[in-house]
Amino acid sequence: METRSRTSSATLLLEIAGVLAALLFLGPFYFLIVNSFKKLKDILLNAASLPETWAITNFKKAWVAIDFPVVFMNSVIITSISVLALVVISSMMAYRLVRRPTMFNKLLLTVLVAAMIIPFQSVMLPLMRITSLFELRGELYGIVLCYMGFGISLSMFLYHGFIKSVPLEIEEAAVVDGCSPYGVFWRIVFPLLKPITVTVMILNVLWIWNDYLLPVLVINDAMTTIPLAVQKFFGQYLRKWDLAMAALTLSTIPVVIFFLLLQKHIIEGITAGSVKG
Amino acid sequence: MVSGKTIGKPAAKRANWSEWLQQTVFVGPGLIAFIIIVLIPFGMGFYYTFTEWNGLDLGNAKWTGMTNITRILTDDPRFWQAFWFTAKFTLAAVTVTNVLAFLLSLLLTQNLRSKGVLRTIFFLPNVIGGLLLGYIWYFIFVRGFGAIGEATGIGFFKLQWLGTPETAFWGIVIVFVWQTAGYMMIIYIAAIIGVPKDLMEAARIDGANRWQILRSILVPLIMPAITICLFLTTSNAFKMFDLNLSLTGGGPGNSSESIALNIYREALVNNRYGLGTAKAMLFFFCVALITITQVWFTKKREVEA
Repeated sequence: METRSRTSSATLLLEIAGVLAALLFLGPFYFLIVNSFKKLKDILLNAASLPETWAITNFKKAWVAIDFPVVFMNSVIITSISVLALVVISSMMAYRLVRRPTMFNKLLLTVLVAAMIIPFQSVMLPLMRITSLFELRGELYGIVLCYMGFGISLSMFLYHGFIKSVPLEIEEAAVVDGCSPYGVFWRIVFPLLKPITVTVMILNVLWIWNDYLLPVLVINDAMTTIPLAVQKFFGQYLRKWDLAMAALTLSTIPVVIFFLLLQKHIIEGITAGSVKG
Repeated sequence: MVSGKTIGKPAAKRANWSEWLQQTVFVGPGLIAFIIIVLIPFGMGFYYTFTEWNGLDLGNAKWTGMTNITRILTDDPRFWQAFWFTAKFTLAAVTVTNVLAFLLSLLLTQNLRSKGVLRTIFFLPNVIGGLLLGYIWYFIFVRGFGAIGEATGIGFFKLQWLGTPETAFWGIVIVFVWQTAGYMMIIYIAAIIGVPKDLMEAARIDGANRWQILRSILVPLIMPAITICLFLTTSNAFKMFDLNLSLTGGGPGNSSESIALNIYREALVNNRYGLGTAKAMLFFFCVALITITQVWFTKKREVEA
């Protein structure tokens, strides 16, 4: 009886410690949100106070100033097309590398995995030469191709590890039934890869959605994504905190919603992705 | 026999052709993207390292031999400042992140009612990009901390956080830890849950106290997770760019400029692409060295375990 009450009071203490730590973690969001509703002079007076009125004027102005609907759609288009392309090319490549481990394919796997250690900065300057040479700059297919190139190593590696555990018997049965190699992959194997496809998609969405440097180098103004728009906005309106905070809140909302909706998958995916990567 | 041979040959040829087609269709697209975007530029980097090359005329690089390398090694104090900044930052950020992440994971593997919510909150900063987080914290350091300082009188909040090299350094560390700890926490939690309960129970019955259980049973058993987390944080901290750009912009002065930011500015601000590439290649060798050392340690540990 005594031990039980002692453990439960210890648990209560831990619970309190956890809640306090969580409040500390949420602190920055408090500042972000309350100040997006305040007038500039109130922010300058006291950045920690609650707003007097919860007016959405700042949001309306920031919405227009960063051209939110346009940059949001740009981010959605670039991210979704790149992620879909990555899923297609990396799953197909991984399948082939697992099922036909020829000398060439084994070497290819090694090279792709080794390439994961190359930092972006070590590729970016010659890449600018390449992107202008092949006329990839300022084009949607250009940035998609870039993400395919940079993303294939990790995505293919994740698929590779997963496909190794997919039994061959199912495919053999399908071949006997007269299914073509492509049909076998898309109709039989690919659906079995769903768990790892979810992981690959989530990891790539978070990466591409938040990416700043690659788009800066290869896209034009018409395709400006959220991080670029925010960066440009800060360059122009430094210290116009009321608009800046509203713009930051707006820009943060989509990815936070994405996280809260897919939380379970994201956390599982990260565990799977990091253990293998 | 004869007819069998005449039928067999085209069939073999067809099978061969089908194999080639499959190899091309399955591997081709990914391979082409990888070659154009990563492999060729990386190879070109070795050439541009030895050239004078600028962004206005990308097609025209002039071979200058060892000039860039000599310049970096003997006449570029700003680069070396960035180098030492990055090294110190990596050390501090990796230590603090992993200690905090480990403590949080211990907390969240206890029998807490708020476990699920807490996990969500600790992880949340991680899904937001470094650039946005940097701007959010810029505001907090410049305006928010001051307001707390005035209200509470605590000296910690009254510092000019982004105004001095020392505090700017720790400012970036704070934001990095806030962003990354939740991610590492998830990995530690997965590892701790995987430790067999009966092992801990047996130790407890044998009279081991909490600290002994932690040090002699839990930590050795989750070593693979520790290695992964150390590797991920080291690599991320060493390559830090977005956060650096938006939070301090390398300031005050150039005191908080990371290597990645230094390379970027050398090329895109100073317009010296050749020199920038030379630095980037040096950067690559540093990253490769760190990674290979890390993998080597992992392998060694795995043999021991």
